[in-house]
Amino acid sequence: MRKQLCDALVTRSLKNSNMLFLTGDLGFMALEPLKQAMGSRFINAGVAEQNMVTVAAGLASQEFDVWIYSIAPFIYARPFEQVRNDICFHGLPVKLIGNGGGYGYGVMGPTHHAIEDYGVLLTLPNMQVYIPVFDEDIAATISRAGNSTKPCYLRMGRGEPPKDYIVPAYAPWRQLTRGRGAVVIAVGPLAGTYIEDFNKLPEQTRPNLWVVTELPLEYNPLPEELIIQIKNSAKLCVAEEHVRRGGFGAELALHLADLGISIRTFHHIYARAHHYERYGSQSFLRQLSGLDVGTLLATVEGV
Amino acid sequence: MIKNMINKARKRLLQMHFESKVGHVGGNLSALDAMLLVFHEFLKPEDKFVLSKGHSAGALYVTLWSLGRLQDSDLKLFHKDNTLLAGHPPAKGIAEITFSTGSLGHGLSLATGMALGNKIKGNNVKVVCFTSDGEWQEGSTWEALIFANHHGLKNLTILVDHNGLQGFGSTSEVASMSPLWEKLKGFELEMHVIDGHDFDALRAALALPQNNLKVIMLKTVKGHGISFLENRMESHYIPLSENQYYQAIKEIDLL
Repeated sequence: MRKQLCDALVTRSLKNSNMLFLTGDLGFMALEPLKQAMGSRFINAGVAEQNMVTVAAGLASQEFDVWIYSIAPFIYARPFEQVRNDICFHGLPVKLIGNGGGYGYGVMGPTHHAIEDYGVLLTLPNMQVYIPVFDEDIAATISRAGNSTKPCYLRMGRGEPPKDYIVPAYAPWRQLTRGRGAVVIAVGPLAGTYIEDFNKLPEQTRPNLWVVTELPLEYNPLPEELIIQIKNSAKLCVAEEHVRRGGFGAELALHLADLGISIRTFHHIYARAHHYERYGSQSFLRQLSGLDVGTLLATVEGV
Repeated sequence: MIKNMINKARKRLLQMHFESKVGHVGGNLSALDAMLLVFHEFLKPEDKFVLSKGHSAGALYVTLWSLGRLQDSDLKLFHKDNTLLAGHPPAKGIAEITFSTGSLGHGLSLATGMALGNKIKGNNVKVVCFTSDGEWQEGSTWEALIFANHHGLKNLTILVDHNGLQGFGSTSEVASMSPLWEKLKGFELEMHVIDGHDFDALRAALALPQNNLKVIMLKTVKGHGISFLENRMESHYIPLSENQYYQAIKEIDLL
């Protein structure tokens, strides 16, 4: 997604002379076109994320359109108090772009993983979260986040659609497979890894796969069709590359309870640990958490 | 003008803290003189001020009161339920306060962001950041200094309330950088070390043409002007008793 991200930001910067972009010394071999397009409005804030976040708040208070970029945990975990006090307490529309959400940095190790990012950030007032699924989503994500008057966190990952897949147009909720099986809701790019195997299943057992790309639910309510499917289905499964506490599964369960919708069987598959005994790729770590398609289907089908 | 006002402001500050039973009197008294002068003589309406040492909110409120921006009715509610005036500067409701502060180590980055923004705009807006000396122990303050210095923010002035005492000891006992100004001089900034209660000295330091980041190290006295508060660490936290309050008012009247 980094190329698409760069392209979308370049497009925005050309239309918006008020835009400023700050990076925490990251973007080599990715953001050079943005640096070239923005000139002095592209600022390398150095290896000082606390300062970068708060400087961004100061700039936004002076009515600039401010975007800040780093590896995901360095933009929300290290400077959490700065995000909380300086951006969110003041409702400033700073856009935080975190690269490599979830286990995106895989074998680089747990310091680079971001598996509690949107849960933590959504505890803060006014925060909106975007989790694009496919590379093709990025232009819409930048546009929608850019038009938001609220602080936003963009969890960037890696588009993982099946080969030759025609990506549906961006929407905060999309149904990616249809069948008469369980309802499965995935968060972000993880959904792309399920499409091919789900489509191989007979219609009778094929899950209705939905993907959500914007949180929290207050700003992105469940579509009516999804609510109907949940009501009619015996099983609901949420899969997310995020820890259980504060994750989307917990939010959805609470939301459905608020709506008075009972769920007969609820499965929640989530990122289980920063520290496994062995390191590995994103797909390896997903598998350890049971987020791979095989384990998910076995869970849903009760095999 | 300032000299006529200072005793009135000191008394109002003590009254407000006494009536609300709030401590932090010492650090407010060390900061008040400079804050009054900066607001009355230096800042224009379009300029920005960040109180990084948010625990001196009382001095800021009283300064705004002295300008007619806050009323007695506002000060009476200081630190009470349904007040605009929290123990640290609020995020909303007072035009002169752009940012809520209170967690140390944020203010210089906030001021830096505002200064950079106005530098990019190419206007003449000035930004003043008022820090404590203790908060230079926060790493984020140094991050901000590195960034501000790198960007040559000559529209940014940093005032350091160097009263030498922090929450649980003197700065030299806790984490000495003494003298702090010598450490800061390693940067390419304009350093002025002055008596923080000398209005003429502060006036002169503020007036000097600024070609880079300017730091004014205010050598101040915690609890300034009140004999039994001066340089006493307990003045950081402990509210005034009734006897202390009236004694303090008497001392100010004798000045």
